[in-house]
Amino acid sequence: MKRRAAFPLILMLSGCSYQHYQSTFSDAAAEVRQFNILFVIFLVVCAVMYALVIAFLIAGLLRRRRARANVMEEGRHHETDPLMSAGLAGWGALVATGLVGLAIASFFADRSMASAAARPRLLITVTANQWWWDVRYEAGDKSKTFHTANEIHLPVGVPVQIVLQSNDVIHSFWVPSLAGKQDLIPGRVNNISITPTKVGIYRGQCAEYCGAEHAKMALIVDVDSYGDFLGWWRHQLETAPQPTTPLATAGYNFVTSRNCAACHAIAGTPASGTVGPDLTHLASRRSIAAGAMPMSEGNLYGWVADPQSIKPGNHMPTIGLEPDQLHAVVAYLKTLK
Amino acid sequence: MTELERVKEEDERLARERKKIVRDGPKLTGAKLEARLERTWRRPPGIVGWLATVDHKEIGRRYIVTALLFLAAGGVLALLMRLQLARPDSNLISAQRYNELFTMHGSTMMFLFAVPVMEGVAVFIIPLMLGTRSTAFPRLNAFSYYMYLFGGLMLWIAFALNIGPDIGWFAYTPLSGPQFSPGKRADIWAQMITFTEVSALAAAVVLVCTILKTRAPGMTLSRMPLFAWAMLVVAVMIIFSMPAVALCSSMLISDRLVGTNFYNAYEHGDALLWQHLFWFFGHPEVYIIFLPATGFVSVITETFCRRPIFAYPVVVLALISTGILAFGLWVHHMFATGLPRVGYSFYTSASMTVAIPTGLQIFCWLATIWDGRPRFQVPMLYVVGFIITFVIGGLSGVIIASVPLDLQLHDTYFIVAHFHYVLIGGAVFPLLGILTYWYPKITGRMMSETLGKIGFWMLFLGFQLTFFPMHFSGLLGMPRRVYTYPAGLGLELPNLLSTVGAFVVATAVVLFVVNGLWSVYRGVPAPPNPWGAASLEWATISPPPPYNFAHIPVVETRTPLWDSAGELPVVSGLRVDEKEILLTTVVAAAPDLREPVPAASLWPFIAACAVGVLFVSSIFSPWAVVFGAIPSAIAAAAWFWPKDLRRHPEPVIT
Repeated sequence: MKRRAAFPLILMLSGCSYQHYQSTFSDAAAEVRQFNILFVIFLVVCAVMYALVIAFLIAGLLRRRRARANVMEEGRHHETDPLMSAGLAGWGALVATGLVGLAIASFFADRSMASAAARPRLLITVTANQWWWDVRYEAGDKSKTFHTANEIHLPVGVPVQIVLQSNDVIHSFWVPSLAGKQDLIPGRVNNISITPTKVGIYRGQCAEYCGAEHAKMALIVDVDSYGDFLGWWRHQLETAPQPTTPLATAGYNFVTSRNCAACHAIAGTPASGTVGPDLTHLASRRSIAAGAMPMSEGNLYGWVADPQSIKPGNHMPTIGLEPDQLHAVVAYLKTLK
Repeated sequence: MTELERVKEEDERLARERKKIVRDGPKLTGAKLEARLERTWRRPPGIVGWLATVDHKEIGRRYIVTALLFLAAGGVLALLMRLQLARPDSNLISAQRYNELFTMHGSTMMFLFAVPVMEGVAVFIIPLMLGTRSTAFPRLNAFSYYMYLFGGLMLWIAFALNIGPDIGWFAYTPLSGPQFSPGKRADIWAQMITFTEVSALAAAVVLVCTILKTRAPGMTLSRMPLFAWAMLVVAVMIIFSMPAVALCSSMLISDRLVGTNFYNAYEHGDALLWQHLFWFFGHPEVYIIFLPATGFVSVITETFCRRPIFAYPVVVLALISTGILAFGLWVHHMFATGLPRVGYSFYTSASMTVAIPTGLQIFCWLATIWDGRPRFQVPMLYVVGFIITFVIGGLSGVIIASVPLDLQLHDTYFIVAHFHYVLIGGAVFPLLGILTYWYPKITGRMMSETLGKIGFWMLFLGFQLTFFPMHFSGLLGMPRRVYTYPAGLGLELPNLLSTVGAFVVATAVVLFVVNGLWSVYRGVPAPPNPWGAASLEWATISPPPPYNFAHIPVVETRTPLWDSAGELPVVSGLRVDEKEILLTTVVAAAPDLREPVPAASLWPFIAACAVGVLFVSSIFSPWAVVFGAIPSAIAAAAWFWPKDLRRHPEPVIT
């Protein structure tokens, strides 16, 4: 509602397709609502200052035709209008006051955002890699810890703490509809707190240039009701189902005994590589390869057959599968719901 | 021969030589003096003379032309990027190529265009403005230009050979380190930095000494043109900030070349160290680009409003305090890195504080317009465009100084919009205004006013169309440096508008270039002072002769040409058979020394070649540093070899 009141231009600029999917103008989390309020305060103060400058400029330009001016043609160029000296002092005081006010507003917004996040009830570790996100749901009981990738599910209304790390270069975790960004820096641990307030699907993406496929390093955050989240969470704890069809079994054998298992892990199978994303519930995710494509059978075929032409430079090699191997692998991956 | 006789003979020799000395004065003036000065100051003939010249006007011109060529090249890259971003999910340009494009665009604009063009304009105009015949250290000045040229050529040749950098213009480690950027792309970038920092430091030393020591007699610090003040502050800032980038880029080079681990977090290094050092340079860099432009604005406003800038001391203090504050806010580039939050508050306050001196300067210009009688010629239009545009960029800067706001806006297109408003609105608009303004002084002809006005309006409107929608792209979640974006996020329209605007801007730039080239041959010949300005560069003919002024002028007010009825008072007594300039005291500009000016020499060029070979070959082997040092040392020794070990016919120090 605030968005509509304060930023009608945005609607005009973005046409009808505008949604909260990946935007700083959202009310999907407490943190972002604070951003919106503070942004409007800053915008109003800045707009007033800008209006003053422009008004003064226009007044000065319009005044040029008057008879008397302190210009060299009239030999008065070393004189100044006394009004201006008073104006300079007043303007300086106004600018300083405005800035102090904004600095105080900013400081208190910052404090309140930091303290709101004091007591998290869910802990997630996100580890950035070139160019995908490893997501680990932490639990006191180690057997309740699991990995997923490029997709985070959060229960609505629950404060969450996300621990941010990087395995290679600097990345930045940014889901605009839910919170500001935080960098993931090798050798350091950062934190971000989110309290989602609205059920929905939000998109985020890496905001710090991290190499070739920086643009294709997206992340989906699915904010569910508490019950839905719990169902998803329980499902994620399960290991991968055994393949039932002969084709899927052939795929299972290929995946667990050949190249794939060197990098990918599938819980409940011998595949336990940690270089690439965990595949245990791959088919239940919304996208392939960190948002490079939506999840579908056709896209899965494309990705497995030739990841290098879809996301050139990514660390998954094109290994040149035979058609029957490709059919088998995709048939198996489809079972990883 | 006894000792006494030898001394006597030497004294006689000196007396004979003293008699031969020719000076300007009542007996030697007018056309005869000019012919004599011309013979003394003109550059040696031929290609050798062209390479050997130490004339600040020629070097300044080359600086400006080279920087404008890099501007054009960087602009073409921007157009390619805008074409790619015109539609969502576009495949016109690959991710890898796009990454090279924005790296080259940023590096070219920051290091090869914006800073050098300001230095070039200053090198050309400052000695004229100050009423002298040469910069201090003219050979160092020539060396500085060649280093800049070679660094720029290296970068662009590498790009043409497909080994151009792809790490972004601030090259964050560890992405730019040996593990994640194998090959030579990152080394090319880091070595380009080495070239430009050597060049910028040399130019800064030249400018500081020129401004402090070669001002016309009577031009006290409080009568100095505001552009000279701006360049003094900028040159001192360069001297303090360049060592930080020299340090961090050298550490990056040594991480890559000899396996040190300054930035390797897993070997007790620190990835963030780079950001601290780079931005300790990088933020002042923004003001190194912006402050000269404020000088341009002051110059244009004074001339076209027909009165000196209101509250001169306030403007000078604003320049100085901006220069100091600029060193205290680098962390605002790092709000998302997870440094302690309370510490961030300090940098928020410091970043906002810098708006105070800038706000005061803007008031002073507006008050000058209010109190004067503005004439709307092209340079003044650029000043009006500057105020309308730059203030938006300054205010969006206040917005992103706030930590909670920056955490959303950092690294998005909002930032891209912000810094283009600041750098194009704040620096390029005044630059184009001042180039139009000083064009007659540089070429001797006027630029076309009609083409200039059409160009201005296209540029101004095209700029807003390009960059204003970017604020919205950023707020709608578009990070910077992405080669494409998905459909359905609301990013289609703002991006399409930006692309259309970019082509309008490009057309306006082409128009400016056409105007510039056409006017060289067809422009109206310019009188000495076509705009009726007040400062000394207009006291000599357009373009100025190699010796700038026949007699050194004496300054009694801040606006000498407006306050002297007819002829300016002058001093005489400088040698005219040798190149000589008058040095004055730092504060009061009282005549102090007569200083011989070095003759044209090939050695700065040769030294730049030797150092250039060292820098380029050290990309490939650390041993190049050892072997490359030998020719560099020889060139430097030859350059500084004393010309004459015998006693001078008269003491140099008076």
